[in-house]
Order: sequence, then structure tokens, then C-alpha cells
Amino acid sequence: MTSDIAAILAIDGIATGAVYALVAIGTVLIFTVTRVIFIPFGDIAAFTALTLAALDAKRFPGTGALVVILACLATLIEIISLMRNGELRLLPRALLFYLVLPFAVVGAAWLTMRMDPPLAVRLVLALMLITPIAPLLDRIVFRPIADGTVLLLLTVSVALHFALVGLGLLFFGPEGVRTEPLTSFSTEFAGVLISGQTMLIVIAALVFSGFLYLFFDFTLVGKSLRATAVNRTGSRLMGIRPARAGTIAYLLGSLMAGVSGILIAPVNTVFYDSGFLIGLKAFVGAIVGGMTSYPGAAIGAVGVGILESFASFESSALKDVIVFSLLIPVLIWRSLASLHSEEEIEE
Amino acid sequence: MSGMFSMTDVTVCYDNVEAVRNVSLSVEEGQIVTVIGPNGAGKTTLLMATIGLLASRGRMVFQGGDIGRMSVEDRVERRLCLVPEKRELFSDMSVADNLLLGSYSLRDRSGVRKTLDEVYDRFPRLKERQRQAAGTLSGGERQMLALGRALMAKPKLLMLDEPSLGLAPLIVREIFCTIASLRDLGVSILLVEQNARAALETADYGYVLETGEIVQSGPAKDLIHDPRLITAYLGGH
Repeated sequence: MTSDIAAILAIDGIATGAVYALVAIGTVLIFTVTRVIFIPFGDIAAFTALTLAALDAKRFPGTGALVVILACLATLIEIISLMRNGELRLLPRALLFYLVLPFAVVGAAWLTMRMDPPLAVRLVLALMLITPIAPLLDRIVFRPIADGTVLLLLTVSVALHFALVGLGLLFFGPEGVRTEPLTSFSTEFAGVLISGQTMLIVIAALVFSGFLYLFFDFTLVGKSLRATAVNRTGSRLMGIRPARAGTIAYLLGSLMAGVSGILIAPVNTVFYDSGFLIGLKAFVGAIVGGMTSYPGAAIGAVGVGILESFASFESSALKDVIVFSLLIPVLIWRSLASLHSEEEIEE
Repeated sequence: MSGMFSMTDVTVCYDNVEAVRNVSLSVEEGQIVTVIGPNGAGKTTLLMATIGLLASRGRMVFQGGDIGRMSVEDRVERRLCLVPEKRELFSDMSVADNLLLGSYSLRDRSGVRKTLDEVYDRFPRLKERQRQAAGTLSGGERQMLALGRALMAKPKLLMLDEPSLGLAPLIVREIFCTIASLRDLGVSILLVEQNARAALETADYGYVLETGEIVQSGPAKDLIHDPRLITAYLGGH
């Protein structure tokens, strides 16, 4: 392998890793706040790509129908829960969050679609349509079992992924899509051609990571999410509602998965079931980061991207085997290196 | 019963075992009330049920409203605060962030800065360590932070679970002085403590909890001279 090829592979790997990094950060965010390892994150990314492709083709995407069905289900479950707890006074708020807002998003997207919007608006529409899905799934699937073990939550999460793959086939069809590049710009750096799309991916990953950093460090809501992640009982004693923190985490995570879906759509052909591998590779990155550290997850995900890039050059057929084999030494190293203090165990 | 807070015939169960049985007590406005008793008597359970972390039977009234079926968060929004035995600090976050999160439940955010300054005046050591992670503080400083964080919520009823646990005698004295000084702020306090002497010296009224039931109650100044309590809890012979 020459240094030129190595440089090209490295750049390609960094771009792929940046996409994984967005999903990995979202995975860590959801896990730390809700204890759910949200396997369907990759599906959310893939659905965003499919949504954008449908919008590009001037078709209203299946995401609209999916959001409407999930909103109706979530509303029904919330009403039953409020009735059981004797909290019907909270009904207007529940209707606003679980029914009116998702319907308003779908309605606004449908109306805007009819005006033949430009690419920038279509990107916003795709993100708008995708962001309610994970919070609604949280209400329907995870909140009733929020106090369950991590293993139970993981099992349900895997089941949910398979359900979503089925729904993806139903709502988007079996065809793969590849959207137009967001920019045709390209430049040469040290003799290596770098496409504008690659630069956009890396910049987007950096911007969103920076946005998350500012959100967590400088806003009360961000700090409340960190507090919920650090100490659930302590945060409840401050009046921080874990369910609300979870919803915010799912919204933010969905946004990041959505952005990664938009970024990956012009470089990879995306099918209804492409999300699994994206999510799984991001998950490997998150594990490298210990599932609790955002910079660790981002670095781990970029590492996975670079490894995948080099592995596909050496042996395309074995690239996934090589990437997932990375888990074994990482898990051994983590289990040997982790120290459990008495206080941590107690808490 | 009347007062700022009262519980009547409250029972708390772990599975089918009654850890607290038919307990009735009340706290008047600005009063310090202590619950003393041996280890395992159900003191912590009583506070956990009062804040809503454990389900209970019976009636709990706070400022005229029934809070028995409310969530923890709703009770905190009504300014009922608990400083638990384990402190439950956000160990990875700074002292300043811990304090700020104490004010999370306040809808009117205009006075938060002033309250923070008051907490720093009360605990200057927290100001010195405001950028330090809470997990790196000493035991006494952690207790101060837990107290300061609770004060950030401007509590009307502050519940303290074993505030002296694991602290050096000098720090214990400092903590109890702080608790006594909170009376001047008009904060009502429900204090659960194994250090019965320090608790009764600080409190206005006391209850004795044994095997989940209130067995004795009265003004703290009377209880501290009670021969049975002296023998059982106050180190007398």
C-alpha cells in the first residue's frame, strides 16, 4: 500500500467514522439518560436517508404515515396511563405533545411538499419528520418498562429494531436510494482529492459535537440530562423528571441520527434495512468509549470508520468481521482496566 | 393533625413486610422535628415515603394539600426537599453545577443567583471549591454541598437523613449549627438521626421510632431528660 492510497483510505475512514460518531454520541446520550441501548438508532439514520430521497423524488415519504400511527398509539397509551394514575388533569398537555405536535409536523411537511421546496427546505423537512419517531417509540415501548433491567431493555431494543425493519419495508419499499451530493465542491490537499461531501460530513460531526458540548455545559436542561445520567435518584430529588429527560435525549439523539442519515445518503446506497450495520458500528465505537463518554464514543467511532476503510481495501468480504473483531480486545482491555469503587457499587 | 406537614397512620411495606406501621407525626412552620431510633427502626424508610420514593398507605398533608399520591417531582416542586443519607450528589459534576441543579424545580429563576450567593456565604468552603468535581470533596464538604443544594430549592420542609453519618465530631457540630440556623430562615425541618443527643439538642420536638412504630413523643427538651431515652439512646446508665 502506497502512502497516497493510505491517505485516501484514511480520509474516507474519517468521513465514515464521523457519521458513526454522530450515531455513537446519540447512542451514549440515550444510554446514559435512560439505560436503553437504542439499537434502532441506525434505522432512524437509514429512514432519514429514505425520507430525503422520497422528498427529492417529489413523493410524500412513508415517514409521515409512520409518525401518525406512532402518535396515535403513544397518545392512547398515555391516556390509559393518566387514567390509571388519576392524573387526567394532565390530558391537554399529553394531547399536545403526543398527538397535536407530531400531526402538526406531518401536516406542515405535507403542505410544504406541495410547494416544490428547495434542497435546504427538504433537508429540514426530512429531519422534522424523523425526530418524533424515537421519542414516540420511547413512550410506547420503553417507558412502561423503564424500571426494568438493562438486559430487558436491550432485548426489547433488539426486538424493536426488527419491528422497525419490517415497518421500513412497508413504508419505504425494498428499493435502495442514493441522494444527490449536498455539494459538488472538491479540493486537493497534499496531493489527495477531498470531496466537498467528505468535508461536509466531518464539519457536521464537529459542529453537532460542539453544539452538544455547549448544550451540556451551559444550559440548565443540558445539565439536568447529565445529572440524570450520573445519578437518577439524585436528579429526581431535584425535581428532574426522568421521563422528560429521556424524551429530550431521544429528540437530540434522533436529530443526530437524522443528520448522519442525510450525510451518508449521497455516498452510500441506503435500503430500508441498512440501518442495522450503521447502528452496530456506531455501537462498537460507543463501547470503545466505555458507553458513557461522548469524546470517547466519537474517537472510538472514527477509529471504527478508519479500520473499516483499511479493512475493505485489504479484504472487502471480511471488513465487517475485522471491525466487529475489534470488540474482543477492547472488551478484554475494558474489563481488566475498569475499577469499581465501593461508592460506585453502592450508588 | 394540623400544621405545615402531617402524616396520619402511614404504613410503608417492602414486599409484604411492614417497615413502618401506622406512624402519625406533624411538623409546624419553622419547627425542627426529629425522629430518633435505633438502626433499622424505619427512619430512612419514613423519609423515603414522605418524598415519594417509596409507596405508602395513610394520609400525608403538606400545606393543606394531600400529597400521598403525588410523584417525587411534584412534591419537590411544592418545595418538599430531602437530603438523603447517601447524599446522592452528582459526583462527576462541579460543585457549582450541583448547586445550580438544586434550583431546577424553581419556576421563578430571578432569585437563583441571590440564593447561590447566600449558600456560598453560609458555606464558604463550597465557594472555594465551586469548580471542583463533587466526587472529590471530603465527607464534611459533601454533606455541606448536599445541604446547600437542598437550600437552592428554597425548601418549605427540609428532610435530613442522618446528616452526621460518617463525619468527624467537629464537622458534626458545624452541620448541626447550620441546621439550627435554618430555623431563622423559616424552613421547617424533619431530622432523622442516630446521634440522638445532637438531634434532640437542636430540635423543638421529637419522636422515637422503634421497629417501625412511634413509641414516644414530646418536646425535645423533655425527651432529652427522659430516663428511658437516656439509657437507650443518650449514652446514660
